[in-house]
Amino acid sequence: MSSDIYKDIILDYYRHPRNFGDLPEPDVRSKDSNPLCGDVIEMQLKIRDGRIDDLRFKGRGCAISQASASMLTELAKGKSLDEIKALDKVDVLNMLGIDPGPTRIKCALLGLKVIKLGVYGYLGQSITDDVKQLV
Amino acid sequence: MNGKPLVYLDNAATSQKPDYVLNAMDEYYRNKNANVHRGIHKLGEEATIAYEEARGKVARFVGARHAEEIIFVRNATEGLNLIAMTWGRANIKKDNKIVLTIMEHHSNIVPWQLLAKETGAQIEFIEIDGEGALREDQIRNKIDTSTKLVSITHASNVLGTINAVDKIATEAHRVGALFAVDAAQSVPHMPVNVKEIDCDFLAFSGHKMLGPTGIGVVYGKKRLLEDMPPFLGGGEMIREVHTHEATWKDPPYKFEAGTPNAAGAVGLSAATEYLSRIGMKHIHDYERELTAYALEKISKVGGIVTFGPKDPTRRVGVITFNLGDIHAHDLATILDEEGIAIRSGHHCAQPLMEYLDVPATSRASFYLYNTKEEVDALVSALEKARMLFNL
Repeated sequence: MSSDIYKDIILDYYRHPRNFGDLPEPDVRSKDSNPLCGDVIEMQLKIRDGRIDDLRFKGRGCAISQASASMLTELAKGKSLDEIKALDKVDVLNMLGIDPGPTRIKCALLGLKVIKLGVYGYLGQSITDDVKQLV
Repeated sequence: MNGKPLVYLDNAATSQKPDYVLNAMDEYYRNKNANVHRGIHKLGEEATIAYEEARGKVARFVGARHAEEIIFVRNATEGLNLIAMTWGRANIKKDNKIVLTIMEHHSNIVPWQLLAKETGAQIEFIEIDGEGALREDQIRNKIDTSTKLVSITHASNVLGTINAVDKIATEAHRVGALFAVDAAQSVPHMPVNVKEIDCDFLAFSGHKMLGPTGIGVVYGKKRLLEDMPPFLGGGEMIREVHTHEATWKDPPYKFEAGTPNAAGAVGLSAATEYLSRIGMKHIHDYERELTAYALEKISKVGGIVTFGPKDPTRRVGVITFNLGDIHAHDLATILDEEGIAIRSGHHCAQPLMEYLDVPATSRASFYLYNTKEEVDALVSALEKARMLFNL
């Protein structure tokens, strides 16, 4: 772990988050927080033919959590719900291009947890333990 | 730490421990270990003497009249819960008022919320002014005849503000209310005397004052403790037990069910000796000077916002701040890389964070072993963070 995690790209997404805000009529909303630090992420999804047609996120928290959620919205757009369910920690770390270390990894994974909560909620399926344990 | 010398500035969370304390506990376990207040044997007697001597020393440290006014608990949190669950349940009724302040730690809010839910009591909060001092008009107005308890922190773990607890005690007693003090951030850092404050209850933790974890104290005025129902039930706290009823020992024992943390009490009492030998006035003066130095230096960092009184004589060695748009957790990560340990987040004071309208802050907190050089290291690390975030 090092301050290399604050690469320009992370700071750019932190200060200029993509897909930030509200969707007019989302099919599903999901929200969660990290009780340790109070970071909050909300996702709003528009789903068509089993795929993420559009999505937005809102939230507040550290650079890692906000940048990760924003980058995830770009990664998720157009993906099938099964593909979202299959995303894991490694995918997020590859997307970020950094390893935030053991104490900050939960910040990076909050967005992934929230988008999965949305997908499971939309499908009416109960949340699996591996999703609960992300953050 | 991370290849750098450790600069430990998280003393409001917990302090480091001197050899004097560790040795006292080691000596207890090696040479005096037995269950207290039980064994007829010699070793049991020695353990009991060590435990009760610790109580006496702690009583003297905070100026209590009687050793029996000192109840050993796990920490300040358990102490405040003890007050709520014993005195509170017996005395707080529907529509009675409990007055707290917006700067309280969760440990001096949640026990009263639980009590209020149970009893139908009301909770009111005294707010703060722009410099983080309690609003005097609200102290006068909110403490009224329906108030049964005023419970207030002596020193804020976020703002550093030292509250005029002796004056607030007078206000509380004027309307017939009791006055409890959360002294977790004051007893370790400044002279505290329960008689001078004239508080009815006072709670603090051992681990923030060079002592071990798992030991804390509730002080209560003797006549109050005598009338209060017990806390937890079990061994140690009973006089007689029959199949369907039991009677209690006198205070403090009726509040100390089960085998107590005797080694912890011995460690805490060693910590009070260590601190007394240096002198609490001296420690307070030293930390005040360090805090004044730190406030001046930190305030010069571009983009910094500090919270709490600007006047170092009105605060303890706690400095809470934010730097530009750098989130507190990111700042803590960057500082950690420089070997500097600070706290970031809501500091277990979410109502205050909401009141100040900040999601999170960073906090540096000092103790007697911190130095100006360490403050300088903090300031350099803050400058590094500014650079990393292009501020």
